[in-house]
Formats: sequence, structure tokens, C-alpha cells
Amino acid sequence: MTRPAHPSSTEADAIPAPGDGGRQAARERARKAKTRRGQAIAFASSVVVLGGLAVAVFTSSGWPEVKSQFFSVEAFTDSFPGILSAFWIDVKVFLIVEVVVLILGLFVAVVRTSTNPALFPFRVLGAVYCDVFRGIPVVLLIYLFGFGIPALALQGVPTDPLILGSIALALAYGSYVAEVFRAGILSIHRTQFESGLAIGLNRLQTLRHVVLPQAVRRVRPPLLNDFIALQKDVALLAVVGVIEAYRQAQIDAAATFNYTPLVAAALLYLAVTIPMARLLDYISRPDDPSRGMAK
Amino acid sequence: MTDDGLETADGAGVIDVLSVTKAFGELEVLKGIDLTVGEHEAVALIGASGSGKSTLLRCVDLLEEVDGGDILLDGEVITDPSVDPVAVRKKLGFVFQAFNLFPHLDVLENITLGAVQSGQMKRKEAEERGRELLARFGLGDREKEKPDRLSGGQQQRVALIRAFAPNPRALLLDEVTSALDPELVGEVLELVRELKAEGMTMLIATHEMGFAREVADRVAFLEGGRLLEVGAAATVIDSPSEPETRRFLGRLHQGGLA
Ligand SMILES: Nc1ncnc2c1ncn2[C@@H]1O[C@H](COP(=O)(O)OP(=O)(O)OP(=O)(O)O)[C@@H](O)[C@H]1O
Ligand SMILES: [Mg+2]
Repeated sequence: MTRPAHPSSTEADAIPAPGDGGRQAARERARKAKTRRGQAIAFASSVVVLGGLAVAVFTSSGWPEVKSQFFSVEAFTDSFPGILSAFWIDVKVFLIVEVVVLILGLFVAVVRTSTNPALFPFRVLGAVYCDVFRGIPVVLLIYLFGFGIPALALQGVPTDPLILGSIALALAYGSYVAEVFRAGILSIHRTQFESGLAIGLNRLQTLRHVVLPQAVRRVRPPLLNDFIALQKDVALLAVVGVIEAYRQAQIDAAATFNYTPLVAAALLYLAVTIPMARLLDYISRPDDPSRGMAK
Repeated sequence: MTDDGLETADGAGVIDVLSVTKAFGELEVLKGIDLTVGEHEAVALIGASGSGKSTLLRCVDLLEEVDGGDILLDGEVITDPSVDPVAVRKKLGFVFQAFNLFPHLDVLENITLGAVQSGQMKRKEAEERGRELLARFGLGDREKEKPDRLSGGQQQRVALIRAFAPNPRALLLDEVTSALDPELVGEVLELVRELKAEGMTMLIATHEMGFAREVADRVAFLEGGRLLEVGAAATVIDSPSEPETRRFLGRLHQGGLA
């Protein structure tokens, strides 16, 4: 018995029924006409909406002023190289913090969902950690770490605001991601865990081979959402004096009395976050036809 | 309690259940169960919904902890707290009513995961055995398929293969056909029949009286947490000696379930 991997309506319609040849062709024509009509409507509505917006902006009395203040080609070319090199700090911090966040989040989630009595104190610690770090604004955490920890003058503790600010970011996002992973683990039915035990795996093996693969798959969309947020929040390190893209743009803008550098920085963030958003759409796509909205 | 039940409960079988009690809070589900499953023997557990069949099977696989009494596997007490449950479960196969295959793994991986990870077989060896069994039970072309692409009957056959592929000492089957459409029941029972013919030791909770009568050597009737009648399959099902058994079987016949 073999079934088609993807039963689609096209295949179903392609089954020729006796005396049905004419209707099948008619259905095909009707479907094509419907597609063409849809495309035409989408195009016309785009022209009206986007064109209308463009006209409204470009004919406004303030536009010449805004254009020279925010979209100056000269200011852009002058500031862009500096901002781009500062942006590498954002990228590096993002990549490193991201890895730490994934490991920390997964670890906290696993501990919090454990049932071993010996781990009770760790479960409590995990819960406190998540509550505290989820509940404080990230910018405040970065301040507290960046300025507070050096003030303690502890031996062997780093004082570099870049490192301390990154730690604050990692702890904050670690708590968000821990909650995401935890929700994923809890969404896997208890019977899956029992089947793992029944085939002779121990608890850790069951977690590793049965529960986590399913849980992680299920939470990929919210996880990637948090990555996009993290990528943007690296800019908050500016508050403790780290000169990353946003801060560099601010410095340039202050020096030239022109806001174009900020637009340049915004474009750089978009260059990273938009591909991530598309990736998010891609991995969140319904993988079977029964999911998602009906057309 | 019948003589049959007590006679065999002397610690001589593959599985020996001795005076086992189990309660969930206030609810006493097992009230002193004695049952032995001998080598190559198939014992069917029958009884109404809620009588404790699943609970008894789960106690044997150490998925539930007994409150009182003991369970022995090959003469060794497995219900002692010092016993490693993982080591016990490696010697037993369990099949759930709802298949419980791993949806993220393909059919062959479902079958090999336990044996490979728990160190019972090398991966190559486990895959060879898995392929051989899949081919033998008409699933040879499905090894790369994810479980959700299979019919219920095929999924349950994979679950059965997963359970017995590592050659367990005994199989515990918990109503393996009751989640299936009627037309799929036959293919699953056929597999169980073959296992019985091969001499697999089995404890089978089931609502299929015809099947129990055919495949099981003995039938144990459970009601309200007690084994009211244990005996040869044909005897218990065709001419039960206890009035409760008669009533239960009568209800089944009336409901058209038998
Ligand atoms: N984990 C649990 N917590 C509380 N009560 C439970 C639990 N598991 C089972 N029970 C109860 O124990 C009783 C026996 O359940 P069990 O599943 O063993 O019955 P069963 O004979 O397998 O029934 P069925 O034929 O419906 O599968 C039922 O009343 C059930 O509600
Ligand atoms: Mg049951």
C-alpha cells in the first residue's frame, strides 16, 4: 500500500472520471482565471496604497528639510564606513551571546522541568532566576552590570563594560529562552517520556533522544523571535559606553548636526533582522496542508 | 480468589506477581494480585474498563511503583527499591494502547533507538534486525517513513516490533488493538499470533475475547482490583465458574464486543 507523500488537490482533480473531461478542463481554466484576477488585484492595491503614501510624504511641506536631515547622500557616505565597522561589534556580541543564551536557556529549562527530588534546590534557583531576569528591563540590567560590578572592585572579575554588558544581555535573554524551552518540553506528552523508559532508556537518554528533539522543533519560531530581539538589543550596550553601531551613529550625528548616520545604522540592523525574519517565516511554515489558514 | 491463581503463584514463572496492591490516593486499584506467567506462556488479562489491567501491566514494567507485595522477573524481585528499573525494562517489552511511537524518528530509528542507546546492540546489528523484522511483517518498504504517514495498524505493528526486536524475556501488551479501526485489528493480532507461535512469553490486556481464547494459554479475569478467576483460556471464556466472570462476559456479548 503506497500513499502519495503530499495528497494535493491538483492530484485529486487529475483523476479522470468517466465523461468528465470537459468539466476538468473548465475547472482548470476557472482556477487560472482566479489566480490571474488575484494577481491583478494585488498589483492595483499596491500601486494605490504605496503610491499614495509616497505622494503624501514627498509633497509634504517638511520633506525637503527631512530629506537633507535624514537622507543626505553625503552624510551617509561619510559616516557609513565607521558605522559598519562598529556594527561588527554588534554582530560579534550577538553571535557569542546567542550561543551562551541557547546553552543557558536549555540548561535552566531542563533543570526546571526535572522531577528528581535531589534537584529541588536547583529548580527553585531556576525559577527565581527566570522571574528576576525576565522582570527587569534589559537596559536597567546592562546599567547595573556595567557600572555596578566594577564598583564592587572584586578581584578577578572583569570590568570591561563590553563584557559585563554582554553578560547582562545573556542572562536576560537566557531567562526568556529558558521559558521558551520549558514550554516546549512541557508540551511533549507524558506518554512519550514513558515510551522512552519502556524501550530501556534511562531518564537522561529519554530526555536527550525523545523529549528534547520534539520540544526544540516545536519552539523554533518563538526562539528565532527572541534572536531577532536580541540582535536589536545589542544596541543597548551603548548605555555603558560601548561604541557599537548605534552609538557610533549617534556620535556622528551629534558631530555633523545631521541624522543620516542613524538611518545608516538602522539599515544595518535591518540587513540582519530581515533575513532572520524570513527564515522565521520559512521554518514556521505549515508543513502539512491541514495547518494554517484556509485559502 | 480461585485455586488456579494461587497454585501458580509460587515464584516459578518468568513473571510472578505476588500479593500486589496499588492505590492512587484513596482509590485502591489493585487489591492483592497473584499471577504467574510461565516461560512461553501467554496470559490474557480481561476485565471491565477501570478494573486495573493497565495498572497491573505498568507495575510489572516499573512504570508505576507497587504499594504492597512483590513482582519477580525470572525469580528475582524487581520491586525492591535497590533494583535499577532501567535494567528491568531492558528485559521487558511494553506496547501501549496508543502506539506511542516517536514522531520525530523514522520507522527504523523508532525500532533501533532503545536497543542501541541502552547498549544492548550495536547500531548495525540493531538496524539489520529491524529491517529483517519489518520485511517479515510486511513493512519492509516503510523503514524511512515517519510514523504519522502510516495507518494505525501499521503504527501498532511497528510498536510491537520495537518492543520485541531486542528479544525481551516477556512482552506486556496493553490493549494493543483498542485504538484501531475494526478492519485494522486483524493485522496486529496476526503479528501477536506469530510471536506466540515463536514462544514469546506474554501478558496481554485485551477486550478481544475471541483473540484471548485463541492465543492465550490462560485467561485471568480482573474485577475491582482482584483476580476473580484464572484458568485455561477456553474454560474461563466458554464456561466460567465465577458468577462475576459470567456476568462480565454476558455484558460483552450483549454489547457485541466479543
Ligand atoms: N495515574 C493515575 N492516577 C489516578 N488514578 C489512576 C491512575 N491510573 C489509573 N487510575 C485509575 O485506576 C483505575 C484502574 O485503571 P486502569 O487504567 O488500570 O484500568 P483498565 O482496566 O486498564 O481500564 P481500561 O480497560 O479502560 O484500559 C481507574 O479507576 C483509573 O481511573
Ligand atoms: Mg487500560
